Amino acid sequence: MINSLTRGLGCSLSHGLVHGLVRGLVGSFMVVFDAVKQIFFKGKFMGNFKNKNITKKLLVMAAFLIVSSLLAVTEIVVATVNNGHMIEMQKLTKNFEDQNPDIKVKWVTLEEGVLRQRVTTDITTKGGQFDVMTIGMYETPIWAKRGWLVPLNFDAKYDVDDILPAIRKGLSYNGQLYAAPFYGESSMLMYRKDLARKARIRVPNNPSWELIERLASRIHDPANGVYGICLRGKPGWGDNMAFLTTLINTYGGQWFDSSWKPTIDSSEWSNAINFYVNLLNKYGPPGSSANSFNEILALYNEGRCGMWIDATIAASFITDPKQSKVAKNVAFAQAPTKVTKKGANWLWAWALAIPAGTEKRAEALKFISWATSKDYIKLVASKNGWGNVPTGTRESTYKNRNFRRAAKFAKAELAAINSANPEDSTLRKTPYTGVQFVAIPEFQAIGIAVGQQMSAALAGQSSVEEALETSQEIADREMRKAGYY
Amino acid sequence: MLNFIRTILAWSIAILLSFPIFWVALTAFKTELQSIAIPPLVFFEPTLENFTEIDERSDYKLFAYNSLITSVASTIVGLIIAIPAAYSMAYFRTKWTRGILMWMLSTKMMPAVGALLPIYILFQNVSLLDTKLGLTVVFTLSNLPIMVWILYSHFKEIPYEILEAVKIDGANLWQEFTIVLLPLSIGGISSTGLLCLILSWNEAFWSLNLTAANSGTLASLVASYSSPEGLFWAKLSAVSLIAIAPIILFGWFTQKQLVQGLTLGAVK
Amino acid sequence: MNKEKRLLPRLLLTPAVLSLLLWMIVPLFMTIYFSFIRYNLLQPERSGQFSGWFNYEFFITDPSFPAALGNTLLLLGGVVFLSIAGGVLLALLTERYFVGRSIVRLLLIAPFFVMPTVNALLWKHMMMNPIYGVLAQVFIFFGFTPVDWFTDLPLLSIVIIIAWQWLPFATLILITSLQSLDKEQLEAAEIDGASYLQKVWFIYLKHLARPISVIIMIEIIFLISVFAEIFTTTGGGPGDASLNIAFLIYKQALLNFDIGVASSGALFAIILANIVAVFLIRLIGKNLD
Repeated sequence: MINSLTRGLGCSLSHGLVHGLVRGLVGSFMVVFDAVKQIFFKGKFMGNFKNKNITKKLLVMAAFLIVSSLLAVTEIVVATVNNGHMIEMQKLTKNFEDQNPDIKVKWVTLEEGVLRQRVTTDITTKGGQFDVMTIGMYETPIWAKRGWLVPLNFDAKYDVDDILPAIRKGLSYNGQLYAAPFYGESSMLMYRKDLARKARIRVPNNPSWELIERLASRIHDPANGVYGICLRGKPGWGDNMAFLTTLINTYGGQWFDSSWKPTIDSSEWSNAINFYVNLLNKYGPPGSSANSFNEILALYNEGRCGMWIDATIAASFITDPKQSKVAKNVAFAQAPTKVTKKGANWLWAWALAIPAGTEKRAEALKFISWATSKDYIKLVASKNGWGNVPTGTRESTYKNRNFRRAAKFAKAELAAINSANPEDSTLRKTPYTGVQFVAIPEFQAIGIAVGQQMSAALAGQSSVEEALETSQEIADREMRKAGYY
Repeated sequence: MLNFIRTILAWSIAILLSFPIFWVALTAFKTELQSIAIPPLVFFEPTLENFTEIDERSDYKLFAYNSLITSVASTIVGLIIAIPAAYSMAYFRTKWTRGILMWMLSTKMMPAVGALLPIYILFQNVSLLDTKLGLTVVFTLSNLPIMVWILYSHFKEIPYEILEAVKIDGANLWQEFTIVLLPLSIGGISSTGLLCLILSWNEAFWSLNLTAANSGTLASLVASYSSPEGLFWAKLSAVSLIAIAPIILFGWFTQKQLVQGLTLGAVK
Repeated sequence: MNKEKRLLPRLLLTPAVLSLLLWMIVPLFMTIYFSFIRYNLLQPERSGQFSGWFNYEFFITDPSFPAALGNTLLLLGGVVFLSIAGGVLLALLTERYFVGRSIVRLLLIAPFFVMPTVNALLWKHMMMNPIYGVLAQVFIFFGFTPVDWFTDLPLLSIVIIIAWQWLPFATLILITSLQSLDKEQLEAAEIDGASYLQKVWFIYLKHLARPISVIIMIEIIFLISVFAEIFTTTGGGPGDASLNIAFLIYKQALLNFDIGVASSGALFAIILANIVAVFLIRLIGKNLD
């Protein structure tokens, strides 16, 4: 519908105009620039100076050409997120370069949000700065649909069928894989078993939100610096809204109805948000409205949180005695549920993809099949132990006995990932995919604006009802602008 | 007595204001667990593990070199363009002067986020993406209005009569500049230069968005150490410390220059 | 004036004017063009049509717009006031020699050396966190309840963070400017028996009027496009409490990739900056000549 409306008038016109404009202006600058150069470099002193430089440059270039034709090394630029697992990959680059002496890898490592802006700007303007991009489950289907990614086809040795089905589905578009998962995650409950035992509450594998509230009230002891439950509150589609979307899912709510109208003013949203605000205000730490993953991680590792529901990747941090004071007392369960189990555990993967603009597709594919292979996981295991391998991608990892022994959270993590289905994560039918996000380009902006309203409700600056009303209006404007209705 | 109070007051304000920097320096030598301790630790066994990690992870020298080249080059080029302009406007006032001054500043009014896409497309077309030359051009031009303004304000403080006096003695423009203006305004020129050096050194938006693997500056190195997933305070502190150390040292050396500028009273 | 005399100053001015003209005009025209078309990087098939005033209307009718406008001005006012007032005090305080003056001066300008990205993270995590932050511990030590900075005083927190960074800028310029103060004038005033406050008012502040105006203008231009500090600390929340115009532009440009709306926002920011600048010129412009 959207396509048919505007096809033809599309990008060629706009790009043509823009490029024409730019080229014209740049061209005229170049003329001026050349003239200036002429005037300056014709002078005697400058002339001599220049000639010397040119001979030198020519020599260097000749030498370079000879050397490079002998070796023929191709350089690929890999853009990646600076999360722990990727940093490990960066450190293991040598292993790949030894296996492929004709390829040299250069890295651009950035924080998640910055990297996302960087690669999106580059791929949409065909900047061509990167040969391999690290993207998430959110971007993959959107970009694949636009034809910006190279479809990935691996050889038999790679064993594509070993990839966890939920993850594979999330990284495919029309059944074709467009990004290879580097590590995947879901969300789960991480609680302090010592505090739960003291509170005399047994946490089942699939707890309900009622139970969580009861447990939080028993554990909550601010006088001694222990807070019942820590949850995200900082505005952002990947911050508070990631968690809140799973909460809303399990309360039976959703972002958009089947005709793409936002449903933020529904009673499901209201119930869920009221519960969240109430829970955190009663049993949460101060400053919750600015807390996201790291802030809570710091609190949790200091022993200040009784419970925490967040990304499964947290498990490897909070069970690591080198950075956590409570490493021994952590236990795991599935994310709590309310009226439905659907969409309570989120699903995310960081994956490697090849932008359609690169000329080094073959080399890029080689790199990706190295970094997301079974052998890579074994390589990390041999270096850092099985407890530190990238998880959430391959069935074979979870079948490995060494891994299950080293990672206490393995069972809960696999169950959480397997329970998530990005195509069916809400009680009622929706037109979108994604569990804790909506895989449409407009979602980032809607997510942060709605997230701000939710943090206002949490901080008590507006009532939940006001916040939801404003959020509905914001989402409606963006969807209208984007031409959904 | 008054001087004693002044000394104490100045020292305490200075220490209070720079406390966060000392705190960063302290945190750089903590482990990640120590860096989140409640209450914060002041005494602990220092570790160098953060610096080893940085050394293992990234090529500090490359980033430092890029920072050095781009910020020094943009400062020098900026001064070369800005000094004549400020001189001209300070001593040859026309009815356009104030308008030109305002217009220069107005070239900075467009928020960088809004200008990103045009500049990105432009740079891509002239192959300036991910080059030191490109960054230098951006730094120079975005600092130029500020340099002109500050220099203008400093030059204005030197009465034209002094310049005119040497002119009558038959000095040409270059002599006028080197014999009179430069010594009188060395404090102003070097503080302008220092400010622009710092602004370029710390500039994060353009150096993040216009570079990739080759010409990233220290600001983009620092940005690669803050992470929304996993504790990073100690590592970030360590990397910030080595990112700002060169320029703080430089500031220390130039500090004397800054305040040594000959005072007017002495000249008269 | 004869011809030669007029030519020289113009020649000296030309490089600066020409390079800035080029630097300004290309992005400006592209932005104006973008602001009148539909242009979303992520929706190439819907981009390119002429859209009239739609982008402007969309930007201005954002429910957060009034709050953002107010916050932008409050942020400007707050930071400019703190940095000028603080800068003048610090410049006067370190004017005369005392033990370790050069170290004190370096310490005073040191915050300017910290990169803005680090600045925000540093304050958020190590200083202002209500549980493990240094400030919270200081409050507890003195028996107060720690302030929950980013929840209860989000805008003030951001003003403090940014002012901490910009105070040294003002201090440095003012210190340098005091160097050229006419000492004879001060001596004359002392002989006349002027009190310190009288000297501050009639001599120091009069001398500093121009640099102060320059600092105000420069800071305004910089601060109107601040958003990174907001993004890393509060994400604009809670609610609209710490949201500004630049943040709205950022949201459209780098989260939504809607270049059309972002461009109209950028042009709005230019207009806003101009209004503020014209107002200020009326107020303090005579100090600039």
